[in-house]
Amino acid sequence: MALRALVGCKRVIDYAVRVRVKPDKTGVVTDGVKHSMNPFDEIAVEEAVRLKEKKVVSEIIAVSCGPAQCQETLRTAMAMGADKAIHVEIPSPQYETLQPIHIAKIMAKLATDQKADIVILGKQAIDDDCNQTAQMTAAFLDWPQGVFASKIDKEGDGLTVMREIDGGLETIKVKLPAVISADLRLNEPRYATLPNIMKAKKKPLDKKTPADLGVDLKPRIQVLSVEDPPVREAGAKVADVDELISRLKALGRI
Amino acid sequence: MTNIHRSEVIRLYKTLLYMGRDYPLGYPYFRDRCHRAFAKNREERDATKVATLLRHGHFVVAEMEALYFLKKYRTMKRRYYPEEQVDAQIDAKLKNIRDLEPDDGKKNKNL
Repeated sequence: MALRALVGCKRVIDYAVRVRVKPDKTGVVTDGVKHSMNPFDEIAVEEAVRLKEKKVVSEIIAVSCGPAQCQETLRTAMAMGADKAIHVEIPSPQYETLQPIHIAKIMAKLATDQKADIVILGKQAIDDDCNQTAQMTAAFLDWPQGVFASKIDKEGDGLTVMREIDGGLETIKVKLPAVISADLRLNEPRYATLPNIMKAKKKPLDKKTPADLGVDLKPRIQVLSVEDPPVREAGAKVADVDELISRLKALGRI
Repeated sequence: MTNIHRSEVIRLYKTLLYMGRDYPLGYPYFRDRCHRAFAKNREERDATKVATLLRHGHFVVAEMEALYFLKKYRTMKRRYYPEEQVDAQIDAKLKNIRDLEPDDGKKNKNL
């Protein structure tokens, strides 16, 4: 039985970039900043490609929601081995208030439309760290979920998924269709090489709008303020042990 | 230049430049060094020597891929997993990939 896989790829600020908060505290600066595919989504794409190489999966469809630049992310996914891509176009003002619930609805609708048997997502994005999309997608589809997967095997007409949980690993069996979210140790994603990027330009890329999919993008959550983490206070040097003890006493530590 | 390796050399140079865009010390840093390394051997006409240089070039490409993967993996691990949760399984997997981070700067000079 060959399965169809739907993989989510979010375009996020590159992991190596120093993120700066906007002065008005409404978000972070994204203009002119290097973006790339969310590392956890890279792992999800890689897993789909590996399942295809093992002949478990027959076709991989990469999905990204957001502004036009998301197509670059989709090209990377196709260079890694996805067969086709769907770009759900969301203009910038709406994109800023886009939340996992909307993505989950879009993914659920696409999974039904594309007759996908397995949806693989990154466990969370490195920009908002929500860690909600896979779980919500499973709920909307009413499919079983194997989240934080660190190993996936095909077994009978289902999958065995090894999950990373607090202080250990848990192995579960899920029936197909299912939603999987990739943890860091699932695999080592391959590099999208130059010739593959060139070949990916010939692969089909569909454009859709949320309206086509009947998804309402009204925000459910309001962001009140985005702030920098607290800066560590500077330390002080002491000359000798006596001074250290007197300082600590002054602070009430001893 | 009439050289059987001509197109292969050009392809290698393009691949290196493409990969250099993600280089931790910045694209200009990598591009200059990469260009210098190629320019140094521009007069090489001996086909077997060119083949050796090409092999070295492909080796550098593989090393860079490993470097990028490790750098990303380690950053993610540092950010999302507490220190004590060191996973022996993946560390064993990674043992085969050569650790590149310490000689970040100098590895392109001997290209």
